[in-house]
Amino acid sequence: MKQPEEIFEYLKQKFGEDSIGFEAPEVGQPWIEVDASAVKDVMKFLRDDKELRFDVLMCLSGVHYPDEEAVGVTYHINSTQLKHSLALKAKAPIDNPFIQSVESVWKTANWHEREAWDMVGIKFKEHPNHKRILCAEDWEGHPLRKDYVQQEFYNGMPTGDN
Amino acid sequence: MMNLISNDAGKKMMTINMGPQHPSTHGVLRLELDLDGELIHAVRPNIGYLHRCFEKYAEKVGEYSKVIPYTDRMDYVSAMNQEHGYVTAMEKLLEIEIPERVEYIRVIMAELQRIASHLLGIGAFGLDLGAFTPFLYLFTEREKVLDIFEKTSGARLLYNYMTVGGLIKDVHKDFKADTAEFVKTFRPKIKELNDLLSYNRIFIKRTANVGVLPDKVALNYAASGPVLRGSGFKWDLRKDDPYSIYDRFEFDIPIGKGEMGTLGDCWDRYIVRVREMEQSLLIIEQALEGMPDEGDVTEASPRRIRPKAGEIYARTESPRGELGYYIISDGKGAPFRVKARAPSFVHLSMLPAISKGSLIADLVAIVGSIDIVLGEVDR
Repeated sequence: MKQPEEIFEYLKQKFGEDSIGFEAPEVGQPWIEVDASAVKDVMKFLRDDKELRFDVLMCLSGVHYPDEEAVGVTYHINSTQLKHSLALKAKAPIDNPFIQSVESVWKTANWHEREAWDMVGIKFKEHPNHKRILCAEDWEGHPLRKDYVQQEFYNGMPTGDN
Repeated sequence: MMNLISNDAGKKMMTINMGPQHPSTHGVLRLELDLDGELIHAVRPNIGYLHRCFEKYAEKVGEYSKVIPYTDRMDYVSAMNQEHGYVTAMEKLLEIEIPERVEYIRVIMAELQRIASHLLGIGAFGLDLGAFTPFLYLFTEREKVLDIFEKTSGARLLYNYMTVGGLIKDVHKDFKADTAEFVKTFRPKIKELNDLLSYNRIFIKRTANVGVLPDKVALNYAASGPVLRGSGFKWDLRKDDPYSIYDRFEFDIPIGKGEMGTLGDCWDRYIVRVREMEQSLLIIEQALEGMPDEGDVTEASPRRIRPKAGEIYARTESPRGELGYYIISDGKGAPFRVKARAPSFVHLSMLPAISKGSLIADLVAIVGSIDIVLGEVDR
């Protein structure tokens, strides 16, 4: 069982300081920030390394950060063998919201990433089925963006109170 | 029911819609099936029919405490567990201590709800496969649990009972006696269920060796709860990542053993739920014994909930599996982001992998055995 700080030091040796960083907020859990283009390599390493063995991707959440003009993904991973867990984040600018898909590392990411695209508008490189999942395919906008405005009509039907 | 979309002459494959209003999809779920005769080549689940964008509400509703009623409406057959998950996450973020009595009441409520939820899941599963009688017997028992909830919270399904730091009010005065009575009368009913359904030959024929899920695949798809345990993998958050006061109780984690066929088939997932109910009864008994008689259940609830900037991912064991709440606070009075990691959503994404090559009739068994609630899938 390793603490997030130890895992960060361990990752830094492998990937260098440029592509990862460590952040701890006032309350709650700390996280490791990963460069959007290094996500897949880092995740694969986290899964396969003998000292880490993160075999489960518990949760993948898309988040919109209006102050930073960015969108980001938070990964919560867990090891059932070593019983440690970790949070990681990757961010991309809102006008070029591309983040690598981790579907090839953990299959469960498939639907989570589709949800992040649907709700927050993050695009995942190399995703095998990059479609909306909860909203209709021709829905406008991404509801969980902070500046989202609900369309008044959908195919001629009123969408209710805004 | 099933309606034909296309049947191209000369081609063997046929694409058919199952749902969105199919009786065995447990809600509004549409499955697109590519069929060769009765053999399934591919399944494409289409979800979102119940989508209400719970996460947007959580941001717009303005207060942390006002999110709780919405969590009830995600998995509406295990609302207590949903509330428990959310308040656990919030309490970790706020770093507040919870009174003993509150913790005991919450655990009893969560385990009663687990039994009620499994009764519905098992009953509906039998119903899907043509066993109508057990469903009625199980519903009688489920009513007794709901009566206890109703006496305490005033509601039968959507309770809004747990609050951040406590409970909305104390339990009703006969709570201990009622619960003890339920435990006593319910235990023999599990044997009755086994006689009626679990070891029924037709039921075994329909479920054994069907929808086999190996544990490696289950982990890669992040399965949890009875679905993962049905594949023989011992993993229960109440033991492996204890929250609340679960570390004080003695209970086993039942896992699938491939008794009737292959390890990880529908029957294994089913029997794990049945055996889990017995373990829940054990927990309730111990909790009733340890529960303090006196104590204010609202004293630890903060007047205003305003956590410092930070974030938390907290997970609890709901009847369906790992229920996670990811909450980001930016130091204001309302959450910046709430994400619910719903076990049903994750389990449904696994459906194409485990139902390839099976028959249409088996697909009904597979969907029933992963026990999804569409309110939680679509949120």
